[in-house]
Amino acid sequence: MSTLATAGRRRGKSKLGWNLLGLLVFVTAGFPVYWMLNTAFKPAKDAIDPDPSLFPTGLTLDNFRRALDIADFWGPVGRSLIVSLSVVVIGVVVGMLAALAISRFAFRGRKIVIVGILAVQMIPLVAMIIPVFLLLNDLNQYDKLTGLIITYLTFILPFTVWTLRGFIVNIPKELEEAAMVDGCSRTGAFIRVVFPLLAPGMVATSVYAFIQAWNEYLYALMLMSQEHQTATVWLGNFTTKHGTEYAPMMAGATMMAVPIVVLFLIVQRKMAAGLTAGAVKG
Amino acid sequence: MSAADTTTPAKVPPPRQAPPPAVPKAPRRRRTSGGAAVPWALLAPCLLILALVMGYPLVRLVTLSFQKFGQSQLWGFQPAESVGFDNFGKVLGDSEFWTVVVRTIVFAVGSVVFTMVIGMLIALLLQRVSGWVKTLINIALVASWGMPIIVATTVFKWLFDSDYGVFNALLSKLPGVDMIGHNWFASGPQGLAVIMLLVVWGAVPFVVITLSAGLTQVPSELEEAARLDGAGAWGVFRYVTLPILKPIVVMLTTLSVIWDMGVFPQVFVMRGGHPEAEFQLLTTYSYDRAFVVNDYAQGSAIALLTVLLLLGVVAVYMRQMLQIGEVE
Repeated sequence: MSTLATAGRRRGKSKLGWNLLGLLVFVTAGFPVYWMLNTAFKPAKDAIDPDPSLFPTGLTLDNFRRALDIADFWGPVGRSLIVSLSVVVIGVVVGMLAALAISRFAFRGRKIVIVGILAVQMIPLVAMIIPVFLLLNDLNQYDKLTGLIITYLTFILPFTVWTLRGFIVNIPKELEEAAMVDGCSRTGAFIRVVFPLLAPGMVATSVYAFIQAWNEYLYALMLMSQEHQTATVWLGNFTTKHGTEYAPMMAGATMMAVPIVVLFLIVQRKMAAGLTAGAVKG
Repeated sequence: MSAADTTTPAKVPPPRQAPPPAVPKAPRRRRTSGGAAVPWALLAPCLLILALVMGYPLVRLVTLSFQKFGQSQLWGFQPAESVGFDNFGKVLGDSEFWTVVVRTIVFAVGSVVFTMVIGMLIALLLQRVSGWVKTLINIALVASWGMPIIVATTVFKWLFDSDYGVFNALLSKLPGVDMIGHNWFASGPQGLAVIMLLVVWGAVPFVVITLSAGLTQVPSELEEAARLDGAGAWGVFRYVTLPILKPIVVMLTTLSVIWDMGVFPQVFVMRGGHPEAEFQLLTTYSYDRAFVVNDYAQGSAIALLTVLLLLGVVAVYMRQMLQIGEVE
């Protein structure tokens, strides 16, 4: 009895230690995000205090107003939206067809296609920027949103194919076969049986693809002129006549990050499950 | 519908792109009487787009690195002429290139090691804390994982600002330390350390969440059995947990190497679009050669060498993916 109690107490004590360590991890990992929000809502004069208060000193939207005043914000955001949404629609539709082909059909060359798509994902985008720049130049697509959309497919398409494939593989083939036995055509079986089961995965893939396209910086910087910059480049170039004004910059950062982080929170669980499914098979 | 409309202009490829998907299609259709035509038809749009935006640029990257290609070739005043291995000769003969290579490798290895070790420690810690602490940590991790890289970069720029950055202020609170006004970016190694911290901060959440998922698959009976046999905490981890997690660890490590060798916006934005010589990594160096010095050919040669440097790592990753049966 008494030994059990001491064991329990010892366990409680060691748990306390782990919890304290865990809180330290929480504070460290969350600090940059906290500091961005804290600075964004601070009165501007408190933001340039050499001995900054670690806790909120007041709540103001001035920094947001200033960020919107300094430079055109909605133009870049609108362009980013157009590009990201187009990329998602093309990426998911085209990716879906390809994912179906490699997950539901047996054909010669299938493995090569899969390995190819996997390999393509591994090529660093930065290495491709020079020829892509020249290609768009030749096609007369430099500084055009369509050009940027095509280039974004470089990394979105392999991603959508690969992820959708993962979701399709997890839907038992027997369901489709049963529908086909009951008189559905292959297309009918897909639309009535697979598609509804796939919908959540498709939504997650679309949202994740959207986030990737929205966050892209390098191609947007290189392939669009200053006049047609997208949101990430807008933030990356955030400077004013007085140099870098950090408080409005953090307000701009907050406006860019919050919608994305919220979207991310919604789909993260589903994506993490999809990405790691089957990774520990043995 | 609108999808189909927007797709059409996107995949108008140069004529030479058309053949690849068609070639394997033709004979197969005859043999299996239409059976293989369907998958290839489904794949066709995807392969066409990838051939245009990936295949063609890749080929061009290789040809470019064997040409003389500068401003006048870009504007079409002069045709690009082949120069054989000249570009590679110049790049490889330049001692600055080798400095950049070493710096990039040190940076990438450092980032990967810190990411993996910290990620593993946090994943193990998550198993030992109470539920509410676990939730808090998960929220912080997912929020930092979801932050756009550019946003994270600007935030770190602010954290490490020399005069008003909170990091210097916090350090100065330590007795006998006065860091106010210290410029972290005055020297390459210190500045790159800050950038490494940024990279690691952004990369750890993915590693933790993936490893945590993996840890739930480790049978607790095995760990218990090892403990009964007298293994300490380290022994259990080294001889039971780690071997089971090995496929995930290999996958995460290779992915991290590939990502960390490709770090670009972090350096670029931190240094206001003009990284100093001390901050150049292979990616920014190649960019610099191409778009600042306007030598597109040398820039391509550097990019190609970077890809070749990564090939070995990619091979390990692909083998792992094939082994764990993901590619079936």
